[in-house]
Amino acid sequence: MTSPLREARSRETAIPVHLTEPSGAREWDRRHVLDLDDFSVSEIEQVLETADAMKEVLARDVPRAPALRGTTIVTLFYEASTRTRASFELAGKVLGADVINLTASGSSVEKGESLIDTVRTLRAIGAHVLIMRHPMSGAPYLAASHGDARVVNAGDGWHAHPTQGLLDLYTLRNHIGSLAGKRVVIVGDVTHSRVARSDIWGLSKLGAEVVVCGPPTLLPAELGRDHEDGLPLVTVETDFDKAVQGADAVMTLRLQQERMTGGLLPSLREYSRLYQVNEARMEKARPGAPVLHPGPINEGVEISAAVAHGARSLIEEQVTNGVAVRMALLYLMRGLK
Amino acid sequence: MPDRLLVRGGRVIDPGSGVDRLADVLVEDGRIGAIDAGLAAGGAKVIEAGGLVVAPGFIDLHTHLREPGYEYKETIESGTRAAARGGFTTVCCMPNTDPALDSKASVDYVLSRAAESGVIRVLPIGCVTKGRAGKLLAELGELAAAGCIGFSDDGSPVADAAIMRRALEYASTFGLPVIDHCEDPQLAGGVMHEGWVSTRLGLKGIPAASEESAIARDLALARQTGAHVHIAHISTAGGVELVRRAKADGARVTSEVTPHHLSLTHEAVMRREGFEALAYDTNAKMYPPLRRTEDVEACIEGLRDGTIDAIATDHAPHAVQEKLCEFDDAAFGIVGLETAFGLAMSAVRVTSNKQQVTSGTGLTLERVIEALTIGPVRALALDRKIEGLGTLAAGSPADIVLLDPEGEWTVDPADFASKGKNTPVGGHRLRGRVIATIYGGSVVYETSGVTAV
Repeated sequence: MTSPLREARSRETAIPVHLTEPSGAREWDRRHVLDLDDFSVSEIEQVLETADAMKEVLARDVPRAPALRGTTIVTLFYEASTRTRASFELAGKVLGADVINLTASGSSVEKGESLIDTVRTLRAIGAHVLIMRHPMSGAPYLAASHGDARVVNAGDGWHAHPTQGLLDLYTLRNHIGSLAGKRVVIVGDVTHSRVARSDIWGLSKLGAEVVVCGPPTLLPAELGRDHEDGLPLVTVETDFDKAVQGADAVMTLRLQQERMTGGLLPSLREYSRLYQVNEARMEKARPGAPVLHPGPINEGVEISAAVAHGARSLIEEQVTNGVAVRMALLYLMRGLK
Repeated sequence: MPDRLLVRGGRVIDPGSGVDRLADVLVEDGRIGAIDAGLAAGGAKVIEAGGLVVAPGFIDLHTHLREPGYEYKETIESGTRAAARGGFTTVCCMPNTDPALDSKASVDYVLSRAAESGVIRVLPIGCVTKGRAGKLLAELGELAAAGCIGFSDDGSPVADAAIMRRALEYASTFGLPVIDHCEDPQLAGGVMHEGWVSTRLGLKGIPAASEESAIARDLALARQTGAHVHIAHISTAGGVELVRRAKADGARVTSEVTPHHLSLTHEAVMRREGFEALAYDTNAKMYPPLRRTEDVEACIEGLRDGTIDAIATDHAPHAVQEKLCEFDDAAFGIVGLETAFGLAMSAVRVTSNKQQVTSGTGLTLERVIEALTIGPVRALALDRKIEGLGTLAAGSPADIVLLDPEGEWTVDPADFASKGKNTPVGGHRLRGRVIATIYGGSVVYETSGVTAV
């Protein structure tokens, strides 16, 4: 009698490690994925092309392509997350990696262990890839520069969320084609948004015209001014009705409730009156212009229910694509042990 | 201590006495005996200073010695040794110790520890308010009598304007200034300068207005009370301009700038030498934060034109683990005593940290030495306590520094005498080197092979 477990295992091993490599596959020599600021255009293209192959894997009856068998991935989350962590975990498992999930509560972090010690310990245990979410900007850089695990930034403070940036590029491109010269509006709380920062880098590198929009209290200092290579050049527009004119796409950011208490906004009501992405405003954009949102959404605040669940919305597709893009990254990083 | 010492053949620069010429300096019984060409050794120990600059020992108005309470960061012994290595013979220590220097007992403790273990002179600064809590005035009279040379809650501003007003009035009874760490706590609350670098790094910014509004308030109170306010570690172009105008109006204000605010910008947080990724360099985290190139240039100009009276280090040592952590969690402050002269000299030659040497900034070696010697003495009237301090006039304490303004060296924090290794310029090449330091006629620091009998 064959146990169900053994049966499952044999079925898995029977699946060929077959992946359609994108044509003209290049070498991948990036150890860490910390932000998109230092990605070359060709690296971004490589991830997006590989994500196509991963989507094909995900569409199989048994979505398994164990290219990462023997690789141990640890997700180390110092901050709550649903979709990002689930997405990474699934990406790892589809590719056959062992995935260990750690959260700050219930680990040695609670006993006061330093980040560097935690990272070194995880490496000593045998973690090859560390996927890290942290409430403080720059923490993954600290992890990457101490110990030799490969680090993927799954969101650090207000700073960066490169895999969200990549999945946003991927999703957007599938709908509006090449981003060169396209007007993409990012609207909302840009100051506190790591998604916005990574999106700005990614979109700029692919040649989009980035318009950043929000109340001045939620726009970071000196954005929109020329800082040579220090910051991408974007257009800043505080009037959303103007910003949305002729937009090829709109990326909505989540508004954190705690922004009200810091005196940054008078009320949610006023915010939604001025900055909510709704049908009336979207009519000023190009016909059919899509709307993205990294989630979780505050329906009726930064985005109307009609838009969030309507034909323009790519929100669910973003989540689905997130798995493929993260698989693509982990797959590309596989050779670097 | 040898009875007699002859520093021979150097270029003596003593801005306090208006001396700048090749001369020998004779030291007798711990005091300056004579300055003249061709003095006879007459059995004195000879220090050959040919090709070097001989100046009064440096005076730091702003040092955190950390003792008592934080001996794991620094002690009076390690801090004064670091000072000696940096050419300093007098340091004014800030009172944010534990306990804070808000009573005669704690001041006495510091002075006795300095006498036991210090290698140079320590002048204490007392608290403005009890426990530095910003609520109740400390017993400033008792602190003055115990030897404090000024009052400060440094590390924190005196946030309450009414308390600041009373402190200025009350301190003026003793002829002593209030030294304010100018920061509006409501506007501040960040971890680096608010600008494009903080935007890029996603770090909370500290706007220039946080310093400028606090300085403006202090200047208004100085005018109101007629009392003396000393602005600590000025860092913004706006702040420099406020002080410049107040001085022109005759307000009793003096100010200081750190060597790092004369030489580094906020880009130091982002970039570290030999490091490709974003640095998030916690060793470039301090209050006030490193600011824009324009601010650095304004500080240099303010120092040149006398708006800024003194170069002060704000030497703030921390333990390794307090810096080897997430940027938001890292302690504020950097060490400064051992790099002060080299960094200040880089302000003579370079206008920004983009490593672009410009053809001079208007700042001179002579002015840098002035701002490290007689500048601080005059700013806080320290010569009322120690006659001749900051000069090489006959009869002054024999506090002397030998400098090689062109000497290049590489900053290696492992070599520091300070327990604190937290510097953003580790690995940097600096030009401007301290060769030897003499305190009260004794050599307290020398690079190998300088002094000969």
